[in-house]
Amino acid sequence: MNFIDNPRKIRGFEKHVRVEKVSRRSILKGLGITGGFVLAAPVMSRQALAYETGAGKMPHGVVVDPRVFVSVAPDGIVTIVGHRSEMGTGVRTSLPLIVAEEMEADWSRVKVQQAHGDEVKFGNQDTDGSRSTRHYLMPMRQIGASARTMLEQAAAKRWGVPATEVKTVNHEVVHSASGRKLGFGELAADAAKESVPSIEGLKLKDPKDFRYLGKGQVGIVDLHDITTGKARYGADVRLPGMKYAVIARPPVTGGKLVSFDPEAALKVPGVEKVMKVQGWPWPSKFQPLGGVAVIARNTGAAIKGRDALKLVWDDGPNGKYDSVAYRKELEEASRKPGLVLRKEGDADAALKGADKVIVGEYYIPHLAHVSMEPPVAVADVKGDKADIWAPVQSPGGTRDDVAKTLGIPEGNVTVNVTLLGGGFGRKSKCDFALEAALLSKELGAPVKVQWTREDDIRNGFLHTVSAERIEAGLDKSGKVIAWRHRSVAPSIASTFAAGTVHQAPFEIGMGLVDMPFEIANISCENPEAAAHTRIGWFRSVSNIPRAFAVQSMVSEIAQATGRDQKETLLALIGSPRIVKPEVKDLWNYGEPQDSYPIDTARLRKVVELVAEKGEWGRQVPKGHGLGIAVHRSFVSYIATIVEVAVDDKGKLTVPRVDTAIDCGTYVNPERIASQIEGAAIMGLSLAKYGEISFKDGKVQQKNFDDFQVVRMDDSPVVTNVYIVPPGPDTPPSGVGEPGVPPFAPALINAIFAATGKRIRSLPIGKQLEA
Amino acid sequence: MIKVKINGQEQSWDGDPDLPLLWFLRDETGLTGTKYGCGQALCGACTVIVDKQAVRACITSVNDVAGREVTTIEGLHPNGDHPVQKAWRQVNVPQCGFCQTGQIMQAAALLMDNPKPSHDQIREAMSGNICRCGCYQRIENAVHLASTGV
Ligand code: FES
Ligand code: FES
Repeated sequence: MNFIDNPRKIRGFEKHVRVEKVSRRSILKGLGITGGFVLAAPVMSRQALAYETGAGKMPHGVVVDPRVFVSVAPDGIVTIVGHRSEMGTGVRTSLPLIVAEEMEADWSRVKVQQAHGDEVKFGNQDTDGSRSTRHYLMPMRQIGASARTMLEQAAAKRWGVPATEVKTVNHEVVHSASGRKLGFGELAADAAKESVPSIEGLKLKDPKDFRYLGKGQVGIVDLHDITTGKARYGADVRLPGMKYAVIARPPVTGGKLVSFDPEAALKVPGVEKVMKVQGWPWPSKFQPLGGVAVIARNTGAAIKGRDALKLVWDDGPNGKYDSVAYRKELEEASRKPGLVLRKEGDADAALKGADKVIVGEYYIPHLAHVSMEPPVAVADVKGDKADIWAPVQSPGGTRDDVAKTLGIPEGNVTVNVTLLGGGFGRKSKCDFALEAALLSKELGAPVKVQWTREDDIRNGFLHTVSAERIEAGLDKSGKVIAWRHRSVAPSIASTFAAGTVHQAPFEIGMGLVDMPFEIANISCENPEAAAHTRIGWFRSVSNIPRAFAVQSMVSEIAQATGRDQKETLLALIGSPRIVKPEVKDLWNYGEPQDSYPIDTARLRKVVELVAEKGEWGRQVPKGHGLGIAVHRSFVSYIATIVEVAVDDKGKLTVPRVDTAIDCGTYVNPERIASQIEGAAIMGLSLAKYGEISFKDGKVQQKNFDDFQVVRMDDSPVVTNVYIVPPGPDTPPSGVGEPGVPPFAPALINAIFAATGKRIRSLPIGKQLEA
Repeated sequence: MIKVKINGQEQSWDGDPDLPLLWFLRDETGLTGTKYGCGQALCGACTVIVDKQAVRACITSVNDVAGREVTTIEGLHPNGDHPVQKAWRQVNVPQCGFCQTGQIMQAAALLMDNPKPSHDQIREAMSGNICRCGCYQRIENAVHLASTGV
């Protein structure tokens, strides 16, 4: 089985650590400062960290070098590079804020500059897996501390005093003994000549002196531009002479163009050209599907032109993909033994001997990301040089792929990262940028490729579709003595390698084999499932179906034993301990077990916290109900209570949501709250409406009318977020994704409490109306 | 030749009169603050104000607004300090931000029509605007704040 937690590892891009080879010129250029000399950038080392993360194992690892990330202008303005992609999590603010904190920079005199895609220079840039703060909190602190140290050394030299006598306070270096002060701007040129201090010797700030970290009073850097329409997303890039393209792609994954007639399209006013787009056979990672492009003077004309195309397709091997039939296949497979991934005790025997066996079969269909900004990219290819502007989560991977697709050196490709109008995993695949590059090369002009919403829904990389079957065996006292969970779903790995029928380690590690309950007999199995469309990462990934199944089963056990949901949940979690599932190559979100174990004390804590703050057990009006769920994902712990109201016509509303998260040491609690509020909406969207289905190989949905998402009038009335204060050295963990998985089961458990109806198949759709 | 006033400036268009206003604004005029999210009047990302009414620019043709006054996010306030914009910043509404210009235009139109909307009126008036990031709670709070004085 391939080990692809990151798409680029599959092609052998993995490099653990690296020794810096940035040329002196490029660094000085990047700093905007002349003079000085350049040292090899220190690579993050174990001794320097209070904890270890998986950052060094990402492609191109981590670069800890203030000269790459920080520059100070003579007027004192500090420019800090944000090297991750901003898709709404606030990372473009949070990471530079960490640097500013350690540097003692005044945030009002800090500018953030977006890095282009260059992982040799900046280290890994893949903005996915809820990794940014987790991997970069400590490196960004070290970068800030290095920059501060260099400024202090420069000031000490100027004054002829030992560096130990000076310190930095709010954008100035001060020598208290003599009362002298120098601003950052006055020191910039000299500081650039100082050598970069070793990481081991750095003095980091005492967290009690933090002015910004953990406080949440700093707004995102793009706030003003977003509210005035000036913020530039991928869709907003305009170049002189740029053409607008819309592409007709094969309606079935793996289909091919047979013929096309451009005549009617060419008659549409504004349409300039109709041309074929190269496609790659399925599966081919993120390469374009191919098809026919309509080139026009504006997007509206291109869309109208595409509507007028006459196209003949060969649907290929997936032309019979049918969601109704496929669901049956998955469910049948879940009723038979599958590849055993975790085995403790003897679940078969224990189930046979159990006093009572509860069986739950759960189903979650494909989902589409529908980020508010559909995929879009601009490319300007001239000769063997390519400039790309795109809202990509993977600036470095995009650069690799553009270079390979065009057959030009990677150094000739510049990937300019714009703001992303949402990502949710869709924009970690750069197919749209590759399409733009191919078209620009052929046209010899800059091109914008705009995906319509219909394209986004029909030609994306969908969330998988899963059948989850859990059997829980209870003894006479109602204690759970056996647990068998079979999970059947096409794998993301199928987008990379033909013939994939099993889940990859990073998928089975998301809520299947890492199940934390204290049960004597456990079997986690993965029967086979082949894919018939492109499967990709979707925010929270396999945690969505797994948390739905496991946490629904907890409530079913509570129901069967006549006990409280929360008490049942805590009893299943069991004693506070470190869970070490007996699983080969246990996936832990790429993190070492030492720093990020499965800690049931922390799992219990979020349950208890949300129960207390969310007033678990409170009296609710008739027709209302409370549900609870907890899940560990992206090495964070998160518990949610949902209150629902279901009226006599089956109309579902959500008056209140309470969520407690333990994400370790954190940077910006205000953005954590916004992520969790948003996760509740996304969780409610997928639970209530989310379904992409296939018939004759084609996606049956097209836009927000038949692929609905929650709108304001059916959104939760209030979502309260509680953040567990971190212990002194608790490593940071994920925030962007963990909020989604517990929402759907908490909702479903609440619906059961309100109505006595147990929903096991998502979306809820009209099930409550019956 | 179609003439239309956009943010107080006269613009003319002699191309396809059926061209959606959205693409005229974005691609022909360079006013990219108005966003494309669905093209079918389902999401509100393209909301502009035409003669005091919130309008979906994706299903409105240039011809439909001939001789009329169109306000986009760029023209809502010269410094971006319309009460709705100020409230949005005070409440830290946006996540990715892509839907927000449409939300702000919808909210501004709502307050022109109903300066003191109730909780239910806000939720109803704003429900044509999708925010996939899920900022609804803050949008509601910001509209409320804008209506009570920022
Ligand atoms: S783009 Fe006009 S409503 Fe969605
Ligand atoms: S802020 Fe991202 S869609 Fe609304």
